[in-house]
Amino acid sequence: MTVRIVDRRFDSRNKSSVNRTRFLRRFKGQIRKAVGDSINRRGVRDLENGEKISISGKDITEPQFTLGQGGHRETVHPGNDRFSGGDLIDRPESGGGGGSGSGQASQDGEGLDEFVFTLSRDEFLDIFFDELALPNLVKKQLARIEQYRSVRAGYSSSGVPTNINLPRTMRGAAGRRIAIGGPYQKRLRALEAELQDLLDRQSDGDDDSAEIERLRREIARLRMRVENLPFIDPFDLRYSNRVRVPQPTTQAVMFCLLDVSGSMDENRKNIAKRFFMLLYLFLTRNYEHIDVVFIRHHTVATEVEENDFFTSRETGGTVVSSALTLMHEIARTRYSTGAWNIYGAQASDGDNWYNDSPICREILSSSLLPLCQYFAYIEITDGPPQNLWQEYEKLQGTHPGHFAMQRIAEAGDIYPVFRELFKRQD
Amino acid sequence: MSTPASNVIEKTGTALPTGSEWTFPAIEAYDEAIGRVARDYALDCYPHVLEIISAEQMMDAYASIGMPVYYHHWSFGKHFLATANRYKRGQMGLAYEIVINSDPCIAYLMDENTLPMQALVIAHAAYGHNSFFKGNHLFKQWTSADAIIDYLVFARNYIAECEERHGVDAVERLLDACHALLNVGVDRYKRAPKQSLEKEKLRLKEREEYMQAQVNDLWRTLPQRQEAEQIVAEQRFPEEPEENLLYFIEKNAPLLEPWQREIVRIVRKIGQYFYPQRQTQVMNEGWATFWHYTLLNTLYDRGGVSDGFMLEFLQSHTNVVYQPPYNSPYYSGINPYALGFAMWRDIRRICESPGDEDREWFPDIAGSDWRETFEFAMQNFKDESFVAQYLSPRLMREFRFFSVVDDDTRLKLRIGAIHDDPGYRILRQQLAQQYDLGSREPNIQVWNVDLRGDRSLTLRHFVHDRRPLHDSLDAVLDHIASLWGFTVRLERQNVDGSIELVSAKQVERRLRG
Repeated sequence: MTVRIVDRRFDSRNKSSVNRTRFLRRFKGQIRKAVGDSINRRGVRDLENGEKISISGKDITEPQFTLGQGGHRETVHPGNDRFSGGDLIDRPESGGGGGSGSGQASQDGEGLDEFVFTLSRDEFLDIFFDELALPNLVKKQLARIEQYRSVRAGYSSSGVPTNINLPRTMRGAAGRRIAIGGPYQKRLRALEAELQDLLDRQSDGDDDSAEIERLRREIARLRMRVENLPFIDPFDLRYSNRVRVPQPTTQAVMFCLLDVSGSMDENRKNIAKRFFMLLYLFLTRNYEHIDVVFIRHHTVATEVEENDFFTSRETGGTVVSSALTLMHEIARTRYSTGAWNIYGAQASDGDNWYNDSPICREILSSSLLPLCQYFAYIEITDGPPQNLWQEYEKLQGTHPGHFAMQRIAEAGDIYPVFRELFKRQD
Repeated sequence: MSTPASNVIEKTGTALPTGSEWTFPAIEAYDEAIGRVARDYALDCYPHVLEIISAEQMMDAYASIGMPVYYHHWSFGKHFLATANRYKRGQMGLAYEIVINSDPCIAYLMDENTLPMQALVIAHAAYGHNSFFKGNHLFKQWTSADAIIDYLVFARNYIAECEERHGVDAVERLLDACHALLNVGVDRYKRAPKQSLEKEKLRLKEREEYMQAQVNDLWRTLPQRQEAEQIVAEQRFPEEPEENLLYFIEKNAPLLEPWQREIVRIVRKIGQYFYPQRQTQVMNEGWATFWHYTLLNTLYDRGGVSDGFMLEFLQSHTNVVYQPPYNSPYYSGINPYALGFAMWRDIRRICESPGDEDREWFPDIAGSDWRETFEFAMQNFKDESFVAQYLSPRLMREFRFFSVVDDDTRLKLRIGAIHDDPGYRILRQQLAQQYDLGSREPNIQVWNVDLRGDRSLTLRHFVHDRRPLHDSLDAVLDHIASLWGFTVRLERQNVDGSIELVSAKQVERRLRG
């Protein structure tokens, strides 16, 4: 009698993932808050890693009727080293050492204050960008369709060998053999019966050897026919068929406008960069086809690569309109509104050359906003609103839903503001 | 089967694989060798299956109370996360065993364990726990080992179906509420009928309809005749207080849908299945520990395993049965493995070489056949009575037990009894009571339902030793109110007989479904 050993190591991996998902789902609110807190603690560059999250243990307890503290109780403990019956001793400070240590607190092995666990990178980002979307995104069908989806479309009689569908092919072959061979088989059976009949009669004395010979030849001929039926014929071959269905695509471009002028100190630049990093991560993660154009400006605006955008340390005075003009220029030449959803996000400390701010508003309102699906402005300052803010405020009334502005005072505001700007609107 | 022990030595003495890496043939060889020793000791076990699982699967099984199939619920996800986290940080070694009380008995071996550990788990779980499951009266009476896996499959499928039909949220709310009542949802005295999967399915529909009909009748709203009303008004409902809250709700909650009743029933039944385990922790773990210790030592004496094997085995064995003293930072109550193991060893000692004290305290078993005594004790006791019956003065001295009286009306704690002549009986009785679920958990019963009035449900907490309920009671009452659908009250009956209202939950809207 040998024991049955079952190797289950490869079965049902991640069986508990459903329960895990349920857990995350249930405490979404708390977890999102924790995620928001954590984003402020860590550099945006390592956003791509998972994150240790802690939520209050109080929220996730499962209540039951249990006995509380108080009343009269007597408990037995091991390891007596100094007591004798009737001794009076002070109450221990809290649970632990002195005697009435409460075994209850850690019955399921965890402290009750904080519940700490690790989110995987995907879970982290899912929660991070949950319920966020680019506003006003519309499907713009393009003449040049680049995206196809391959879908099953039955079977075909031609194709490449890798696509041969065996069950179908064999079914067809069997059917063909039955259909073509059937009449022969029927005739064969009849002839064989006749032959047997003759042979029986021959043993009784009748001589039909010529007839028998004829039948035998006929039978052999029929057998040959049947056997010559090919087991499989090129005609039987069936191939799984797939067709490519064109997919409507949504194309979008995001213009990131960053003010790197002298008034933007290192701290403000960092906040702005973290905001754009978040935006960039969000866009590349949630939208497959998206172009991002990075524009950096002080008195002059230049279009730069992603890496330069986030790392360069160039500096100078401020003319915000230069960036807007460049954005308009690029949008007009490269991104036709017929094909592209155009978005803009601008970060600045709002400290602009005084005469320039009305120009900025003018450019936005007359040329940029009509092109854009959505334009977001964030002002990074902890002081009173600057002149650019005051000018932009006028736009909010005239372009509701297409223009939004928010203020960020410190790093902790980045995530809430980001959420506010890109909240799913439906 | 009946290979004489002497042959075993010849055959397996050199054949048992050594080293720390396990292989399937090695596990099989060990299982066979251990099995032979177990048979020599006449251990009566269910047949067993060994399943090799990964660390992740082990955590999984942990999260769902050791069960291989279980319905989905966020709380299992929480346990999984907590376990995984601690495991990754190295704060805890993983289970060294999980064993399912079923027929055949399923024992899990974790693939990260070394070969000696696997042998230890086999001896502990597949033979130790297994024979306890088969022999102990509580398990025999309350659990049907042949049906549990089937029932769990049924439960998971049924609940998944409900989630599909009624939404995950509705089912989750219901399960939350049921889980809150798990420890007041067991029958302590009645006997649970056995159900196989097929019967369960067959009767499901029938039961749903029948129960709904019963409930409707109870809550009939048609006007009744005057005389009848008077009689009914006299009647109490329930006639006798009911201690199983889940059972009462399943049968009588007025607003539950049939599927909701079925889920309450599922949670209740599974909770009932675990009830014996909670009552026999010391005995069961001690028994299994005693047997892995005895079986492997016997194997060693017969030359079956190497010194290196024994060293590794003894090291983990010692860790398991370590009892930190009360003032150690690692102290968290009495270690059931330590106490159980020591008690079984002590019983064997009393049988085999009793001293005068043992003869005086245990006249029945001193000098008796230890295997017979073991079988009797294993079959007929639970922790509470086991301690009350078999805890010897010698063991109390070894553990240096003492009791502390904590009375909130006094400024200081008092030492009640210690391990000396006047203290032995008090200590033993006290420790036994400590293992009595009845005194560890509050006594809460369904007291009354206001049938003629607002349909409110009144629960009564019978206070023992003036110990109040934990603050979580409000959250639990919320859950009960959501199940009951009308106002729920909790009263407290003090020792002097006085009644006071502890808390009440009004249910504003009557939501169906």
